[in-house]
Amino acid sequence: MLSQIPLSYFLIVSTLMFFIGVYGFLTRKNLITILMSVELILNSVNINFVAFNRYLYPEQLQGHFFALFVIAVAAAEAAVAIAIIISVYRKFMNIDVERVDTMKH
Amino acid sequence: MRLESFLLMRHEILLTVALLIILIAELSTENKKKISNLSVILFLGVTVIGFLPVPEGLLFGEMYRTSHLIVLMKNILNIGTLILFFQSAEWIKQTEYKNKVSEFYMLILSTLIGMNFMISSGHFIMFYIGLELATIPIAALAAYDRLKNISAEAGIKLILSSALSTGIMLYGISMLYGTVGSLYFSDMAGANLNTPLQTLAFIFFFAGMGFKISLVPFHLWTADVYEGAPINVSSYLSVISKGAAVFTLTIILYTVFYSIMPMWKNLLYVVAILTMTVGNLFALRQQNLKRFLAFSSVAQAGFILLGIIDGSGLGMASVVYFVLIYIFTNLGAFGVVSAISVASGKEHIDDYNGLYKTNPKLSLLLMLALFSLAGIPPVAGFFGKFFLFTAAAHSGYFWLVFIAVINATISLYYYLLVVKAMFINKNENPIAYFKSAFTTKVGLLLCVFGIFAIGLLSPVYEFIRMFSNIL
Repeated sequence: MLSQIPLSYFLIVSTLMFFIGVYGFLTRKNLITILMSVELILNSVNINFVAFNRYLYPEQLQGHFFALFVIAVAAAEAAVAIAIIISVYRKFMNIDVERVDTMKH
Repeated sequence: MRLESFLLMRHEILLTVALLIILIAELSTENKKKISNLSVILFLGVTVIGFLPVPEGLLFGEMYRTSHLIVLMKNILNIGTLILFFQSAEWIKQTEYKNKVSEFYMLILSTLIGMNFMISSGHFIMFYIGLELATIPIAALAAYDRLKNISAEAGIKLILSSALSTGIMLYGISMLYGTVGSLYFSDMAGANLNTPLQTLAFIFFFAGMGFKISLVPFHLWTADVYEGAPINVSSYLSVISKGAAVFTLTIILYTVFYSIMPMWKNLLYVVAILTMTVGNLFALRQQNLKRFLAFSSVAQAGFILLGIIDGSGLGMASVVYFVLIYIFTNLGAFGVVSAISVASGKEHIDDYNGLYKTNPKLSLLLMLALFSLAGIPPVAGFFGKFFLFTAAAHSGYFWLVFIAVINATISLYYYLLVVKAMFINKNENPIAYFKSAFTTKVGLLLCVFGIFAIGLLSPVYEFIRMFSNIL
């Protein structure tokens, strides 16, 4: 089944996800949505790693393992980021990036 | 694998043990002052043991590697952290931090473990874990001051921009994996990375590292985070964290991306000019000392690229030497700003008017540190810059050196503005005289010692140069 889907399809999906993530990161105003955009970028990386591993280098598992580590570390990162977002909310009563702008220039 | 081979990882193991001891002490005692003293003493031990001679070698199937140069880099980072601990001992005793003393030490130690793994990595998974271990706790530290709005703002700015840059870097690494088929540094060094896709992957990777070092297109987080974070955390970010990232970038450029050296040299050429110029121009208009030091550290990162661009052992030696000097110099500057901030809460350049009348010793020390940052001859900063420029000239980048010299002159202007404020400007209400604590004095005196000794003692450079050819 899998052999009927060419590798490039996976790469197109992951590239789209990556750029949607970057676009979302730059345009969204809500801190949680920005965090979701970052997760999108990391997941596009995971798709890349797993697809490359499965199609090009199936005899080794380096890509799969990298994807596992990315997932684990992304969870840690999200935990800290959400903790900081909560502390931002307590201070500013808001999680809109345009309101969290005490420091400029 | 024998038990002795674990001794190769001595730095990381010692740091982990120290971290666990602090954790147990935190659980078993209520006296926070004791924890602070215990952490400093433990870390002093870790630093001293780190200097014992160690063999070179590889561990975990080449995922972890160590050499004399790498051990030297780790020792340099340890010295910097030790000085920072001395300087923070007084700051951490303030009432608002009373209940979270051990968190500060534990988070700093865990980032240091991450940096050590990052420097020692021989595989991109190891590198990635080290990088994240060195980044995520710093974001928590930046948001350490829960009473201040700007601290939370600094934390969120740091973690989100670091997450984006790591994501971009990982995307680059995934493309490298797709084209080479392995994530080991040695396999990548053996492959020829000349295709356009690999060039793109390298640029993505460089963007991620550029964020950590705060090179110019990726420096926008620097000033805000340095201003908002507690001052000792900013100091850690600008010195130790940046130093570790510089070491790692140099090692990876010289080994993994050796095959595309002409390409990355062109890239570094442009980025170095941009970083020096933009950092300097923005530093000119800063009034808050933390923001001022932030942009000055951006400009210094541009100078460091002049050493990296050489691409040989000479460049490596000049980078390690400069970072060693930079640690003493910048910790001296941040140490004075921190001591004054603890005593009076003032961080503005205008507040420093007439400081020499009331606190002559601190003024002299800050002047020394700023002279060293600007690169004025008798102090160490001059020699650091001299070797960086030599390394760039060695590869024939004379125009780059010329632009760097012009930038060094511009930087002298704004460093002298602070010196002028302290020594010449009149102030009816200067910062009152205060006595620093013993630990702060030790931390600052170590910086003075470093600023003078490292420049004048040539064996230091010879020692670094001796190891630098072996990678």
